[in-house]
Amino acid sequence: MTKFSAFYRSTTGPLMVLLLTLGGCQNLPSSDNSSDLYEQLGERKGIASIVEDMLYRIVEDDRINQAFKGVDVVQFHRNLTDQLCQLSGGPCTYTGRNMREVHKAMAITDTQFNAVAEDLILAMEKNGVPTSAQNRLLARIVPLYPSIRGL
Amino acid sequence: MYRWLILLMAGLFAPTTALADIGSRLWATGGVTTIEGSAGGGLVPWALLGSYASDTEWGGTVSMSQARVDDYTLSVIGAGLNWHNRVELTVARQTLDLDTLVFTLKDSFGLEQDELNQDIFGAKVRLFGDVLYSRWGQWSAGVQYKRQRDFTVPSAIGARDDHGIDGYVSASKLFFAAIMGRNLLVNATARATRANQGGLLGFGGDRQNGYEVMAEGSAGVFLDRKWLVGMEYRQKPDNLGFAGESDWWDLFVAWVPDRRLAVTAALVNLGDIATLTDQQGLYLSLQGTF
Ligand code: HEM
Repeated sequence: MTKFSAFYRSTTGPLMVLLLTLGGCQNLPSSDNSSDLYEQLGERKGIASIVEDMLYRIVEDDRINQAFKGVDVVQFHRNLTDQLCQLSGGPCTYTGRNMREVHKAMAITDTQFNAVAEDLILAMEKNGVPTSAQNRLLARIVPLYPSIRGL
Repeated sequence: MYRWLILLMAGLFAPTTALADIGSRLWATGGVTTIEGSAGGGLVPWALLGSYASDTEWGGTVSMSQARVDDYTLSVIGAGLNWHNRVELTVARQTLDLDTLVFTLKDSFGLEQDELNQDIFGAKVRLFGDVLYSRWGQWSAGVQYKRQRDFTVPSAIGARDDHGIDGYVSASKLFFAAIMGRNLLVNATARATRANQGGLLGFGGDRQNGYEVMAEGSAGVFLDRKWLVGMEYRQKPDNLGFAGESDWWDLFVAWVPDRRLAVTAALVNLGDIATLTDQQGLYLSLQGTF
């Protein structure tokens, strides 16, 4: 019993801190301001180029290319570019459809979500986006996960 | 035993183009293989499941690891399978070379033994959440069934059983762009155990025989998507009157050049082990994924 309470005292502190850290903050406060991120992505032009490279990858990617068959590529490119531009703090307004609505019928799996994330990351890498800017953009995309997966 | 592992691992890397898809989870999100075979860091199991299998895929890992501390050398070979990023099954064989302890055992107990061996069979289930995408991170629960291959030494120094089961609950979460734009991975694990030195010195003892809950944790920063540096801490029970047992900790760096290979190096501090104090040294681990 003494052993247990000694253990309890020594353990619960750090454990609670860890658990609170795990749940408490989705995005730890970042010191960078948002338009900074928009610039690091190369503004709208840079983002358009990232999205273009991402589309080439999606077409080649057997995990997801079936889902994109017959999609209006020009519209998709414009809307995704606007979305990422807006998310990164740029002067754009996303005019596409609601994320949950668009993806609902596709019953998107984790495998497919990971594939799209991978294609985006590799496209950013190809366009020379620094690691920190990649991570900050991902931090702003991740909250869309439940609506894209229909959870 | 080592030979076939090397062959197996060589086989993994050679025909890269001929190999089918290796799993879709993002780079390094399978963790590496712990000394007990479960996916995690080096010493602490994480909520992550091994390999890169996502929810429609299978994956597997093979690994070999060694920790060389002042008076001991621990060698581990392990293998694991992952079904749909839901269930992980693992096996590991540990060999602890007693280097210096051989003399103590001979003089005090009349035992002629220069190594301790144990096998560990692990199962881990992802309960809910995703380490990258879920607000509350990823939660898993697991068991490790551990079995001594020769119980002579542990029983001589007071261990009660030659086998035991550890149960644990683990949570992992990645915080994107948390530290200077770098991603931070945090893991916390609570383990119920009776194992002495992870089980290498048997289970239960004269001083304390029942289950206790131990806290384990780690945190690491991804410098980029290939390099993770961090630290781990593992609280341990203290069941044997023969010698005190210390908590473990390490500082690690993992290099994951692509999904097939992970290399982990660490400075480990295993504290006091069976009367020999302050055991520190180097840990090196290689993992192949398929
Ligand atoms: C990072 C995650 C994702 C983001 C940020 C994202 C974003 C978008 C955006 C902005 C659109 C355009 C909507 C519109 O034109 O009104 C869109 C459409 C689409 N998305 Fe996603 N998406 C993601 C993941 C996925 C995944 C995993 C799949 C399936 C494999 C997918 C399949 C589609 C398809 C097929 C369309 C076109 C729908 C249509 O035009 O009818 N998306 N997505």
